[in-house]
Amino acid sequence: MKLRHALTGAAAMMAMAPMAFAASHSGERGRDGELKIIYWQAPSIMNPYLSGGTKELEAASLVIEPLARYDQDGNLVAWLVDEVPTVANGGVSEDLKTITWKLSEGLLWSDGTPVTSADVKFSWEYCTAEGGGCAQSEKYLDVVSVDTPDELTAVVTFGIAKPFPYGPFVGAQAPIIQAAQFADCMGAKAPECTEQNFNPIGTGPFTVTEFRPNDVITLAANENYRDPSKPAFATVTFKGGGDAAAAGRAVLETGEFDYAWNLQLAPEVLTQMEAAGKGKNIVSFGTSVERIMVNLTDVSPDLGDERGTAAHPHPFLTDKNVRQALSMAIDRALLVEVGYGDFGRLTCNVLPAPAVFASTANDACLTQDIEGAKALLESNGWVAGADGVREKDGVRLSVLYQTSTNAVRQDFQALIKQWWGEIGVETELRNIDASVFFGSDPGSPDTFQKFFADIEMYTNNFDGTDPEAYMANWSCDQAPRPETQWQGNNMPRFCSEEYDALVTEMSTTGDIGERARLAKAMNDMLMQEYVIIPLVHRGRNAAHANTLGGVIMNVWDSEIWNAADWHRVEM
Amino acid sequence: MLNFTIRRLLLSVPVLVIISFVIFMLLELAPGDPMANVPLTVPPEVKEKMREALGLGEPWHIRFVKWLIQFFVVEPQVLFDHVFGTGFAEDKLRVISWQTRSPVMDIVVQRIPQTLWVVGMSYVIGVLIALPIGVISAYKQYSIFDQIGTFVSMIGFSVPTFFSGVLLIVIFSVNLGWFPSIYDTTHKVNDWSSFVFQMKQMIMPVSVLALYNAAQISRFMRASMLDNLNQDYVRTARAKGMTEKVVVLVHVLRNSMIPVVTVIALGVPQVFGGAIITEQVFKVNGLGQLLITAIQANDLPMVQTLTFIFAVLIVVFNLVADVLYGVLDPRIRYD
Repeated sequence: MKLRHALTGAAAMMAMAPMAFAASHSGERGRDGELKIIYWQAPSIMNPYLSGGTKELEAASLVIEPLARYDQDGNLVAWLVDEVPTVANGGVSEDLKTITWKLSEGLLWSDGTPVTSADVKFSWEYCTAEGGGCAQSEKYLDVVSVDTPDELTAVVTFGIAKPFPYGPFVGAQAPIIQAAQFADCMGAKAPECTEQNFNPIGTGPFTVTEFRPNDVITLAANENYRDPSKPAFATVTFKGGGDAAAAGRAVLETGEFDYAWNLQLAPEVLTQMEAAGKGKNIVSFGTSVERIMVNLTDVSPDLGDERGTAAHPHPFLTDKNVRQALSMAIDRALLVEVGYGDFGRLTCNVLPAPAVFASTANDACLTQDIEGAKALLESNGWVAGADGVREKDGVRLSVLYQTSTNAVRQDFQALIKQWWGEIGVETELRNIDASVFFGSDPGSPDTFQKFFADIEMYTNNFDGTDPEAYMANWSCDQAPRPETQWQGNNMPRFCSEEYDALVTEMSTTGDIGERARLAKAMNDMLMQEYVIIPLVHRGRNAAHANTLGGVIMNVWDSEIWNAADWHRVEM
Repeated sequence: MLNFTIRRLLLSVPVLVIISFVIFMLLELAPGDPMANVPLTVPPEVKEKMREALGLGEPWHIRFVKWLIQFFVVEPQVLFDHVFGTGFAEDKLRVISWQTRSPVMDIVVQRIPQTLWVVGMSYVIGVLIALPIGVISAYKQYSIFDQIGTFVSMIGFSVPTFFSGVLLIVIFSVNLGWFPSIYDTTHKVNDWSSFVFQMKQMIMPVSVLALYNAAQISRFMRASMLDNLNQDYVRTARAKGMTEKVVVLVHVLRNSMIPVVTVIALGVPQVFGGAIITEQVFKVNGLGQLLITAIQANDLPMVQTLTFIFAVLIVVFNLVADVLYGVLDPRIRYD
């Protein structure tokens, strides 16, 4: 207990430290020298519109910025504008079809030219140009025009009423790029603009001095950054490569680097590294949930082309009691401890955050109930056969359980197989290389969309804080099937008119309280039908050196979103 | 000999075309999707558009011919332009990486220096250590020196670099703090202190790889020396009253070098291939790391180009080894 108290005390000190230093941490730009960041997966491009990858998105967030972004609590904050437009302040029209952004005055690009609404309009045109393969085009969905009545005003018009109009130009996924620089890079020419894609001109705190793809990025403070006292660092070395363990070691043990992202390591390894005293682990919880998807369709190979489609219901997973028993048998607390430690939390929802959307109606799942699961199966006619596997009318409870190849996932599979064995469900395990499993090659039988298994496990989340599109994933028409080239997000092939009605209702509801009610209702329906079995609410973790101040971990946006405020602290 | 070389060079053209086709088809038929690393939050329709933008919508034979033209016609033109300042390759599409959307060859050229510095240096050092060890071990067979040499090369052979590399990092970077654990590829040597830093950051990866290389080559050297030491001509040379130095270092060594030179020459392509594991462990980010990240990201143009370059090097150095054989051993004549 003593140690724990000491740690709590230390944590409290740490929490207060930034406040204590805040006063002394203003001064001239570039006063703190070099900042060294290590991303063990190296960024390969600085243009997030051409790569959906998180590593590229975050590297680029040092250079290019959106009009508004999310802070560490998921609130929208004005970034290149003075205030976030809302219906209340007149920025969003009453019919929810237009949103008017007013750029802050005096903003300059890093080359010294002024930022205008034409750049905002261009960013939309660039991402929606035919043949460009823009990774973020979803952000600009339903935008019919962007008008620029004056130099600083951009009016975005949507084709339909948008209760949540903060898709375009919001968050690290949809930054503003300079029209002058990218003018010749539209559509099919986008990939040929190597120079532009590696060295974008931006409004952010840093500018690229040298970009070595998949290796290292060298950046320098942006001389035209809007706050003359920021950034505190004169240069940034953004190194990539190696593995998570090496990155953690470089920050926590040898102190060679200041910041390391995404340290997917066993919790005890990170704690051990932290004990060296050079840095500390940080975590923040967003919307990522490791979950099990239960297939409601029959995937027997004999069905040929109709395999895994709604035409053939699953022989036993369509029985809700079986699905519920599978969920009840799982000890989620143990899974969190084994797989994630402090970087995971218990959850019984597929929509665990933001707080306003999180339901508490399903919390019964927090405790494992093997006996209850057995009784439930027993009372519904599933009785144990000679080999201990339950069966009814000749149907055996035997499932194929697939996931991607990953140490933690294989641990989870082994544990869950054991628990399911205890309640009389036979489990065959399978793991598939992530690039195949998450690839969406319609020719491959092993993708997570085709889901030619009874059970599959992976993590998903959604960008930003609005769950409308995410919850719409489980409407009937989202089921992957041959007609959709096996694309779609409704892996369980769940289909309910009631659910689809809620989806439709949410797309036309503007009131936040009402939206929360609808999202919770959808979440509860999925949970109480047990078509999705949530396992762990996963946090995003990183580590930073003790000498680096101002780091505020943020899962709602780029995690290095506030690098302009980072500074050196004396130990 | 010249005839032989020309004949072999001509023969390697169809060989290389077949190799490039085999590589292409292997990659084509392998499962995997370049969009697999894109987060699940990006909708499938968008991924499909991105795939089309990469040219994946076209049938395989068109993509193969495109790659052939880009690699064999456009890339040499770019090189020519670069050297002579001409403009043949302007506006022609080069081999473009799917990850970075930039020309593959530019990245390859960028990666060569660190690979040559670290992997090349370790090969040179490995060879320089291995030859004397092999000679002495064979000359004093079963002596203490030979036993130790055998032991060390067994370690070099059997301990994988991902173990010895991490072990060195834990000892020298984490505990002692002498050397950096992360290689700085942007470092430029321009004065004494920067040279010292370069030495410091190279010492661990180079020694790990040198141990591995030396282990192999010293065994070859020793075996080859032992074969020759018992030959009749060695006895004759001694009987003529030549000193041991001349017998061993001139007569025996020269003859023993023939197979060893072949082994060394055939090992050179591996230097360019980089050392995938060691480069990852020390974050050297050379060609090996480039290949492995491209494979992980399903960046087919990059993987195709890199593996093909390695294939070219292997074919070329096989030829070099054959030619050297003839030069070193006058009995071997190809004509």
